[in-house]
Amino acid sequence: MADIATREAYGRALVELGKKHDFYVLSADLADSVKVEYFKKEFPERYIECGIAEANMIGVAAGIASTGTPAVASSYAMFTAGRGYEQIRNSIAYPNLHVVIGASHAGVSVGEDGASHQCCEDIALMRVVPNMTVISPCDAIEAALATEAALLEVKGPVYLRLARPNTPAVNGEGYKFELGKGVVLADGKDVTIVATGIMVAKALKARELLKAKGIDAAVINIHTIKPLDRELIGKYAKKTANIVTVEEHSVIGGLGSAVAEAITETYPCKLTRVGINDTFGLSGSSDAVLEYFGLTPEGIAEKVEAALS
Amino acid sequence: MHKEAFLTHEQLMALKEKAKKNRLLSLEGIFSAKSGHPGGSLSIAEIVTYLYFAEMNVSADEPGKPDRDRFVLSKGHAAPALYAALCQKGFFPEEEMKTLRRVGSILQGHPASLKTPGVDMSTGSLGQGLSTACGMAIAAKGAYNVYCIVGDGELQEGQIWEAVMLANHYKLSNLYVFVDFNKVQLSAATDEISRTLDIAKKFEAFGWHTAEIDGHNFEEIESALMNAKANEGPTAIICHTVKGKGVSFMEGSPKWHGNAPNAEQYAAACKEIEEN
Repeated sequence: MADIATREAYGRALVELGKKHDFYVLSADLADSVKVEYFKKEFPERYIECGIAEANMIGVAAGIASTGTPAVASSYAMFTAGRGYEQIRNSIAYPNLHVVIGASHAGVSVGEDGASHQCCEDIALMRVVPNMTVISPCDAIEAALATEAALLEVKGPVYLRLARPNTPAVNGEGYKFELGKGVVLADGKDVTIVATGIMVAKALKARELLKAKGIDAAVINIHTIKPLDRELIGKYAKKTANIVTVEEHSVIGGLGSAVAEAITETYPCKLTRVGINDTFGLSGSSDAVLEYFGLTPEGIAEKVEAALS
Repeated sequence: MHKEAFLTHEQLMALKEKAKKNRLLSLEGIFSAKSGHPGGSLSIAEIVTYLYFAEMNVSADEPGKPDRDRFVLSKGHAAPALYAALCQKGFFPEEEMKTLRRVGSILQGHPASLKTPGVDMSTGSLGQGLSTACGMAIAAKGAYNVYCIVGDGELQEGQIWEAVMLANHYKLSNLYVFVDFNKVQLSAATDEISRTLDIAKKFEAFGWHTAEIDGHNFEEIESALMNAKANEGPTAIICHTVKGKGVSFMEGSPKWHGNAPNAEQYAAACKEIEEN
């Protein structure tokens, strides 16, 4: 799969899955943007347009799922995890219903639309909800496999975090996705970079920059933020005694916090959280905004060097 | 289940007894728990009783039957009335009512589908149940009906109107919504909190069919539902009810929205319900 966006891979995967499996897809006037337009065209009888009414969309998805047919509710991260938080908590998670929340446009890489649309709090909001599985794929291949796992493996609520911009492929075509298992993309002995979502590709590039400076960094892709692969993180905490988390999300409550919780209870070590530092985003091109927040290979490498000094 | 004929006198009398029992069971639970919502439970006794004993295709023998009718109590705080109907229907023993709201009970303060046999959807946070009822009505593909009770105060929640728009757009003819128009909410009369205006007209403006009835009269409930079956699209039945109906000192008072009776009040309430 080429260097396409995770939302695009998700949209295509839904069509393939829809050919073999019965489920509904819902959106709230954003079918084209969140790429469920493909499903809508292929299976119009199983597509529910909810209009600009996300809270209701979450409830309708819950009602459908309660009858035994899974539902995929799709909008932006801001309008699902954000606006629909309580509906997700009470109508989907409390009754443990099989609804996949396909949340595109997560993080600041939304770009030009600005802070109102850049959700950097969704991982925090979703991972605290009981019964919820939180997945944040790093590239198109992983996004497609994660979509499949969310519909076929998980039996309860899933939050699937997707991004707007095209993302370089990290995984090869033969990649096997294992829910709840972190992936060691590169081993290393000096420090471990734990990344999620579109930051994984940047973390791998940061590793190359660090290598040139004689730093041997391991890179772990955490695609499943909940349940977290505590075993793998504990292992690398022990091995390198220095962890740097990287996410396109607030450093409060997201991957960094989840890793902090895990290592505090398994193998306490030095931890540096790279992400959005308790602030709102801003308008600009996707790359420019990511650069503004230091979410680039250079920015990550700089933080890793600081963590080692 | 589509009924062919109107209720016989015997059926009507039996329903009245069931509703009386529903009220007694609701109060028993709330009294045992020393907490709960008597006012809004008593106001829907007839609606819930009619649905479970004269309308819906549901059975405790086959609780998970895929094509059973579904019920969503969007005004989830009236859970005691739903639990009373479910135990009368045989989903669990009546003795469970005494465990209402206690640690370890199958009867939570608000309906919880994973805890209580016969509860189709967890509700309690106002405004959300109707959306889930819409989802069920879509997934039914005509195989069954979905019934939902919303409160008049609950209509202040914006999500209700999102669901109302969707139900019209998808022409959900198998969705029947009862508005428990008891005119009182937690802190005051509903009109004092936010002017109610004409509820039927509001639904009609969104393309719904409506009926306006006495929500304590079984024959009116029956006739409204029978008429609604012919409608294309969803129907809202605006039920004029009395909050705390059947217990004179509770009737029409916000004080009894969310307060449990003491022993003396409980005895007086039961006596009044039994004698009527």
